Amino acid sequence: MKADPKGVLTGSHFFDGDHACCEGALAAGCRFVAGYPITPSTEVVERFSRRIPLVGGIFIQMEDELASSIAIQGAVWAGKKAMTVTSGPGFSLMMEHIGLAAITETPCVFVDVQRGGPSTGLPTLPGQADMMQARWGSHGDYEIIALAPNSPQECFNLTIDAFNLSEQYRVPVMFMMDECVGHMMERVVIPAADRIEIYPRRYTKLPPGEYLPFKPGEDLVPDMFKAGDGYRLHVTGLTHDYQGYPNMTPEVQEQLVHRLVNKIRLNAEKIWRFEEIDVADADVVVVSYGITSRVAIDAISLARQQGIKVGMLRLIVVWPFPEERIRELAVQGKAMVVAEMNYGQIFYEVDRCARGKVPVVLAGHGGGTVHNIEDIAQRIAEAYQCRS
Amino acid sequence: MSVMNELEKAALGHPKVSDISKHPMDDFMRMDRMPHIWCPSCGIGVSVNCFAKALEKCQIPLDQLVVVSGIGCSGRVAGYVKVDSFHTTHGRPIPFAAGMKLANPKLKVVVFSGDGDIVAIGGNHFINAARRNIDMTVICINNFNYAMTGGQVAATTPEGAILPTSPYGNFETPFNLPFLAESVGAVYVARWTSLHIYNQTQSMVEALKKPGFSFIEIVAPCPTIFERQQKFGDGLDRLRWYCDNSEINHSAKTKDVDIKLRDKIIVGKFVDIERPTYLDAMNTHFKKRLGDKYQPYEG
Repeated sequence: MKADPKGVLTGSHFFDGDHACCEGALAAGCRFVAGYPITPSTEVVERFSRRIPLVGGIFIQMEDELASSIAIQGAVWAGKKAMTVTSGPGFSLMMEHIGLAAITETPCVFVDVQRGGPSTGLPTLPGQADMMQARWGSHGDYEIIALAPNSPQECFNLTIDAFNLSEQYRVPVMFMMDECVGHMMERVVIPAADRIEIYPRRYTKLPPGEYLPFKPGEDLVPDMFKAGDGYRLHVTGLTHDYQGYPNMTPEVQEQLVHRLVNKIRLNAEKIWRFEEIDVADADVVVVSYGITSRVAIDAISLARQQGIKVGMLRLIVVWPFPEERIRELAVQGKAMVVAEMNYGQIFYEVDRCARGKVPVVLAGHGGGTVHNIEDIAQRIAEAYQCRS
Repeated sequence: MSVMNELEKAALGHPKVSDISKHPMDDFMRMDRMPHIWCPSCGIGVSVNCFAKALEKCQIPLDQLVVVSGIGCSGRVAGYVKVDSFHTTHGRPIPFAAGMKLANPKLKVVVFSGDGDIVAIGGNHFINAARRNIDMTVICINNFNYAMTGGQVAATTPEGAILPTSPYGNFETPFNLPFLAESVGAVYVARWTSLHIYNQTQSMVEALKKPGFSFIEIVAPCPTIFERQQKFGDGLDRLRWYCDNSEINHSAKTKDVDIKLRDKIIVGKFVDIERPTYLDAMNTHFKKRLGDKYQPYEG
């Protein structure tokens, strides 16, 4: 279906990634945001709180991130599209409800505008060290989807995609911005509403009595119901059967958790998104995402001037991880550099997928500012020298 | 014992099996989930029964009703009531319920959970939802301990009570729940014990009809753990004790109704005031500030 024109601010704008993310959410049909103030994400909710009374919906500033991250799930089961917005310390508090959204298959979006950590760390300065937390932060086995924009325009476009993916697969989607992308101002073009595709909520067509709320379809995703429609059903964070009733046996645990994992793993090829630049003739491939991918471009130019054939694989969807593509590049003998603003998170994923076939070098640092171009170029030279 | 067949029973004037196989609670409870997990003479089931009666009295359409629970013995209420029901995380049913109510104001939202869930781990959510006067009814079963995990000391445990994590007796000052609820803005506050089934049903009716944040504390026996650890006898002994030691006083000041281990318990309806709900306040305010550009929010 097409976007509701009421929420689409069609035109050419000049604003930052946080504002673009807010407009993306409105265009995607998000009509409920619960949040707690935290730098550098506050501009997203400030804009939403100003816009939403005129679009029709709710913004509520909750008492903390625990409340925000579960209020959105109540709103979703009552029929709204919803998201919450935070940064590292708040993201840590939200982990409990990422697990709840995963096990109850509640479609919703968690925006994390990453700053330097751990703990209070660097409130106003960038980091990219929440990538593994986004993937593994809540206890237990589950899969999520995570996207990493590298420009305000992508903050707009990919926020819509984040909502669409969350509805299609009924998973919480992590929108992993960083302080630089969140605060950089660029042109953002918002198309007309009829040019924006929206994945509608997969409500069941079965009547009460015939519908089983957690019985999956062919794509392993069950259809939804919403409160107040007369289904009178149960949703629990306990391990549950097709009916939604608690059933704490190893058999039902296996049936449920295996499906929660497989609905993403077996659909991963459809979810993967990455951008490749000059990879075909490259001896070294730089893997990067978010703001670091834009710094890495300059490092690649520098290395090419020095005679090294370098390409780039930019991750747009980070989770599920594009394992096969990394494996293919490794088999082709392309040494790899992983440029990210941390001391090795996606680096270990790339290294795992390369399976020792090529050297994988980390170009990382602790956050607070973007990389020095020369540092990435240096790592590229190292990878080139020790390639097989 | 002789076995009568259907015809013999009919001839003797007994109702047919098909007539009596329908329990009065069938329409409200998920009978396919019985037996429930609650212990004999636990107070939670009593309150669920009262709740069903209150709904019947209010004539609330069950399709519009949502019951939200957290974690613990009382957290299991959501799983047994045959309405749209959500069993959430520990301490967080109130913000989940707030999200639901604000997303669809047509829903009637009830939070049914325990003392640990609502005022200890979820205390921050409790005080803020009451402050905002979000339209919901919170029914808090207070059994003075964390019964599901074996009876550890709680934020409501009276001083002196012996429990697995207060083996020498509790020395902390417990919450006085009606005082807390009133001080943070709840528009309706009542307390009853599991003995007061008529009164608690009536309070549930009033709370369900009351726009805004209404709160009912039910003092309930936990015969398996709390009462046994204090050597208070079985559930029936406890109900007898409630009978002899409860004092109904609707005009009591909530600051004076704190619960001591062996003192009388003051029960009653303590607060019943008017205050705009969150959504009413929001709509009024935005209409005033934004004029005709603002369409009142209805979900």
